[in-house]
Amino acid sequence: MMCEQCQERPAAVHLKNVVNGKKSEIHLCEVCAQDKGEAFMNDDGGFSFNHLLAGLLNVSPVMKQSQPQQNRRQTVECSGCEMTFDQFLKIGKFGCPKCYESFRDQLPPILKRLHSGNTVHQGKLPERQGGTIHMKRKVTELRSDLKALIEQEEFEQAAEIRDQIRSLEAEIRDEGGGADES
Amino acid sequence: MSLEKFLSQAVSSWMNEDGPSSEIVLSTRIRLARNHHQYAFPTVFTQEEAEQTAEAVGAAVKHTGYPLEELKMKELQGLEKRVLVEKHLISPNLAEDSGASSVWLSDNEDISLMVNEEDHLRIQCLFPGLQLKEALHKALEIDDAIEQHFDYAFDENYGYLTTCPTNVGTGLRASVMMHLPGLMMTHQMNRIIPAIGQFGLVARGIYGEGSEALGNIFQISNQTTLGKSEEDITEDLLHVVDQIIAQEKSAREALVKSSGIQLEDRVFRSYGTLRYSRVIESKEAAKCLSDVRLGIDLGFIENVSRSILNELMILTQPGFLQQYAGGFLRPVERDIRRASLIRERLEMDVSKDKGGSDI
Repeated sequence: MMCEQCQERPAAVHLKNVVNGKKSEIHLCEVCAQDKGEAFMNDDGGFSFNHLLAGLLNVSPVMKQSQPQQNRRQTVECSGCEMTFDQFLKIGKFGCPKCYESFRDQLPPILKRLHSGNTVHQGKLPERQGGTIHMKRKVTELRSDLKALIEQEEFEQAAEIRDQIRSLEAEIRDEGGGADES
Repeated sequence: MSLEKFLSQAVSSWMNEDGPSSEIVLSTRIRLARNHHQYAFPTVFTQEEAEQTAEAVGAAVKHTGYPLEELKMKELQGLEKRVLVEKHLISPNLAEDSGASSVWLSDNEDISLMVNEEDHLRIQCLFPGLQLKEALHKALEIDDAIEQHFDYAFDENYGYLTTCPTNVGTGLRASVMMHLPGLMMTHQMNRIIPAIGQFGLVARGIYGEGSEALGNIFQISNQTTLGKSEEDITEDLLHVVDQIIAQEKSAREALVKSSGIQLEDRVFRSYGTLRYSRVIESKEAAKCLSDVRLGIDLGFIENVSRSILNELMILTQPGFLQQYAGGFLRPVERDIRRASLIRERLEMDVSKDKGGSDI
């Protein structure tokens, strides 16, 4: 979610207000929130616990990412369990495995903050379900070997590796896993 | 029930073995968080989905051939659940749930599989002393066996999908329980805890998050689960733990050198308190047990077994005291029971050594 004020930085502060039963919400980045801060703080006497948690899960300006325009929607909903992104921010827990797909655009900054800047799994793959992922990882490894061999001008060996990559990629395509874009 | 019989039932047998570096590292734990790809997480799942998940886990566990026994939370009494929490076999959260939650335990309680806690399945392996690689190997082996009959929620980029974003990726929490009286006495823990944080690790008190370091026992574990392999996470933890062990050893040496007689005095005063007090609170008991354990490690006390700290830290918790007493106890009654249980336990060792009683 982008800041409603500047449309440049991700929103880090979410303010909700209810006046005469009418709800209003505003989502700002830390910079704009600071500018407008005083006025909002006085509305309900300060930030609630939810705002603090939401602030923690959201990104700081230094971690800003350029996000696609279509993610300006105020509330993204999970296609599996119907949990909204705001609800996730409030409780800090997902509702189902599909949440990861539904909130894919919003997650990288949160994961970066929680996992020392990392967003991609480097560990174990499930043995049985791993399928084409095992092959894709192998292709990535072979590509790096290929690069090294070309630099060392070991062209004969490099050709062998290139053929291995081609055959693995064909296998991935046959399995319907899609070739690695990189 | 005699104390000896109670002890044999109360202390998991894996705890009685001495592991590597066991003068400083009490135990090693590996936990893997896993979920089924089809069902909602316990955060929002319905009772029906909870039951389906439990059934799917149960079927997969049975297929593994591991001789594990299931204890269903809804069939356990409050006190029984409390005892399982105090033995670290289940979490307080699981104990609170009486729906479709359960735990699968191995005979010597070194394997514990929690079902429908925060995640559908949590695989836990416990080892005495410092055995991170061995514990990881065993947990991954169980994980592979379960996966043969259970479709995990797994994403190519995010790895194993978990309820809380702090566990996603490997789902791995590797932790080591350390007894660090030397570093506490020399006021070095305040410096070490923030330093540990810089390696993506965290130090907590004995009963996990939010609890204080009772009896100078700290649990050191990884915080980051994404971006590093299981082997790298445990390797990093091992590296830091090795350094803490070295620092604890040199703190103990320095203490013996600079104030040996004061240290010996402190150890024996604590031993005296444990052997002769009639009323003792858990905090004081934990402090004295830590001193006595240090006294055993330094060779001041010879007739008490090394497992005493590990054993009595668990046995003197409210759940165990009440189980031993056979009913509900008010706090002051617990303090009396605690004192008498500790006296009885120490007497056991002394009798074995001398063949007589002096209480």
